Amino acid sequence: MLTDAGPAREAALGRLHELLVRIARAEVARRGPRLRITGPELEDLAYQAAADALVSITGKLGQFRGESRFTTWAYRFVIFEVSAKIGRHFWRHPVVPLDAEDWSRLPARFGVDPAHQAEWGDLFAALRQAVDTELTPRQREVFVAIVLNDVPLDTLVVALASSRNAIYKMLFDARRKLRAALAANGYLPDDSSRRS
Amino acid sequence: MNGQSALERFLRTDPRDVGCAEAMEMLHVYAELVASGAPAEELYPGIEAHLRACGPCGEDFEGLLAAIRGDGQ
Repeated sequence: MLTDAGPAREAALGRLHELLVRIARAEVARRGPRLRITGPELEDLAYQAAADALVSITGKLGQFRGESRFTTWAYRFVIFEVSAKIGRHFWRHPVVPLDAEDWSRLPARFGVDPAHQAEWGDLFAALRQAVDTELTPRQREVFVAIVLNDVPLDTLVVALASSRNAIYKMLFDARRKLRAALAANGYLPDDSSRRS
Repeated sequence: MNGQSALERFLRTDPRDVGCAEAMEMLHVYAELVASGAPAEELYPGIEAHLRACGPCGEDFEGLLAAIRGDGQ
């Protein structure tokens, strides 16, 4: 029906849009409690996500290969739009500047109680040193934003005009390098014989 | 919490991890398998490894799964 022309297509688009709005509203409600977005703003975000997803879907109908139900394939677009819009929201309303560097926050970011931070002082000092000596400037920037400043990855995607895949890969490589450095200096178990 | 174990868990990478692009490309297929009770993690270990490590992709997966289950599949 979506590939037809005329009234049949319009009716199918209308039904799909209704479905997408329902999924987008459910998704923002699911994520809502963890976000600092509420009420009408969250509702707007859902409607915008559904509208943009509809545009993406109609432009990519030829890519649907029948590997899943059509609705599941279509829902994927609206879920991605919700993520992207939440990322953009936090870019416009940052809690902490992306490049702030308060290293005293590092132990807490790994769940260490402030009362026990001295116990892990050497480990986190070694981690900070490895961040400075082992990472490329771009990897360091991504590590500081995501790990130290708790910037959502999708927000960093917007801020750096990058892609989720590229930012994740950068952080993935940074994690691997940091682990190797900490293991080489005896701060973490050496598992170089294992494939990880 | 043990700071060392939390840090080690975060820094540990899985070489099977396919990355965001590949995981997102197949997310609809993977989510339907999970929703149907099929062993998705055995069929797509690289996607399972990725969704376990990547917060945003894991969140998208949970959202898609909730959408599918909301449809009564």
